[in-house]
Amino acid sequence: MSDLRELYQDVILEHSKAPRNYGELAAANHKAEGFNPLCGDHFTVYLDLEGDTIRDIRFEGSGCAISKASASMMTQIVKGKTRAEAEELFGRFHELVTGHAPANGQADSRRPTELGKLAVFSGVSEFPVRVKCATLAWHTLNAALEGKQESVSTE
Amino acid sequence: MTATAGKLRSEFRAPQAADVARRESGGYDVEKVRGDFPILREKIHGKPLVYLDNAATTQKPQIVIDRVARYYERENANIHRGVHLLAERATEEYEAARKTAQNFLNAARAEEVIFVRGATEAINLVAQTYGRTHVGAGDEVLITGMEHHSNIVPWQILCEEKRGTLRVAPINDRGELLLDEFEKLLGPRTKVVAVTHVSNALGTINPIRQMIEMAHARNIPVLVDGAQAAPHLKVDVQALDCDFYAFSGHKVYGPTGIGVLYGKSALLEAMPPYQGGGDMISSVTYEKTIYNKLPYKFEAGTPDIAGVIGLGAALEYVKNLGMEKIAAHEDTLLEYATRTISAITDIRLIGTAKEKAGVLSFVLGDIHAHDVGTILDQEGIAIRTGHHCSQPVMQRFGVPATARASFGLYNTREEVDALARGIRKVQEVFA
Repeated sequence: MSDLRELYQDVILEHSKAPRNYGELAAANHKAEGFNPLCGDHFTVYLDLEGDTIRDIRFEGSGCAISKASASMMTQIVKGKTRAEAEELFGRFHELVTGHAPANGQADSRRPTELGKLAVFSGVSEFPVRVKCATLAWHTLNAALEGKQESVSTE
Repeated sequence: MTATAGKLRSEFRAPQAADVARRESGGYDVEKVRGDFPILREKIHGKPLVYLDNAATTQKPQIVIDRVARYYERENANIHRGVHLLAERATEEYEAARKTAQNFLNAARAEEVIFVRGATEAINLVAQTYGRTHVGAGDEVLITGMEHHSNIVPWQILCEEKRGTLRVAPINDRGELLLDEFEKLLGPRTKVVAVTHVSNALGTINPIRQMIEMAHARNIPVLVDGAQAAPHLKVDVQALDCDFYAFSGHKVYGPTGIGVLYGKSALLEAMPPYQGGGDMISSVTYEKTIYNKLPYKFEAGTPDIAGVIGLGAALEYVKNLGMEKIAAHEDTLLEYATRTISAITDIRLIGTAKEKAGVLSFVLGDIHAHDVGTILDQEGIAIRTGHHCSQPVMQRFGVPATARASFGLYNTREEVDALARGIRKVQEVFA
């Protein structure tokens, strides 16, 4: 049960039940769809990019608690960030959920971007099959930032 | 835990429960059967394995594992060639397994049994040989709204190439085929009917005998996808009068990567080969190749000899237990599971056909199937979550995914109870 509580932390459950920035973004100038074909998870990420800055972001779709909470918290943390900052965050987040984060959670002074609240996803690293759930929204954000028109897939 | 569910569970813990179970199961000794499967002694996350993913693949009895090992230890040689004793042994055992498969299906002739990689390859074989010969522009292939992707996509590929049309007979909200609609869709352009015997996502048993009669009345051949039926029902291809029947060995307690295509010999004789290569020829010159006789015409290349022999052992195993007894045990268990699981708050069963086998598919309130699967896994309970390679079925029921418990000949009521406790744990986590 302790591993489960690590995975399904209250913050994650809360975001999955009441996702933030949920729904279509009318002013979006970038958008991408992401699929996890193995489980049927499907999200659309909408971006309002002003130059290199994410002025606004919303998402919609369906998926498990991990994927939905991850999408919700991602929209919160990247809003107002630059493209480079968002990409840096994804890199850090990916390390966290795959268990490749720096030991002891020590802050790396060379890497200024902080994961902050996203640290609640550290439990995912104990559940390798769920890494794709946690990263689906981020892959989709990447696709939207790169302006790709086609949908992305975790496969 | 809800009061209702608690009451239900305690009823089945009454002193007479064991007697009732034994009587209902007709003397079937499930504990003895479990002893045949070494993997059932495994611990998962420190808990006893509760394996309820039998529709994906079944576990293997020791007798099958030993049989495959014995082949490699004492009999390994290539078949149908070579004059040495080992080659003779291997060939004899391989062909003996064909006879076993013939008996399992009650096929009229052994050469009507073609060994393939599984039900998927069997269906592709028929689509690419019979299908490519008989389906032309404007022709139709009829399937049902509860097919596995492997009985959809091969026909789509065929229809795309030949500019034919794939037609789909609809199902109702219980997951039962609308037989009248099916009959209406049998038209002058229908060249093949391909239908699942038992639905992998819903558990529905189709009335295939009636469907075959309807199709035959219009001279349309019928392929039956028996992947989910072969482990649960007594199959008699002559009584069904089906033209093709496909099943996978690994779902009938045999090895992976081996399966059977049954075809009526007259049809198989007339069909072009599927793949070219060794064993499928009588003679080869650069000008002309004469194909081998049945069944070898469809078995190009060195086959999975160990797999075939292992499959033979698996089919002998279920035959010795008795297909009727296995079916009775599983029916009783599915009925108990349906009662027990549907009593849980917020459970919605997907697939509530009157005639069902082996499968209990469900959604749990707003909780995604993947989360259900992860939490059950922590309890040692293995189920399948997702779309079960049946995305159109999921769309029909308006769900992205379901959790699916599927039962085999070694599952018990105690395991159903463990599943119910696991589901309540999921609800606690998400409360």
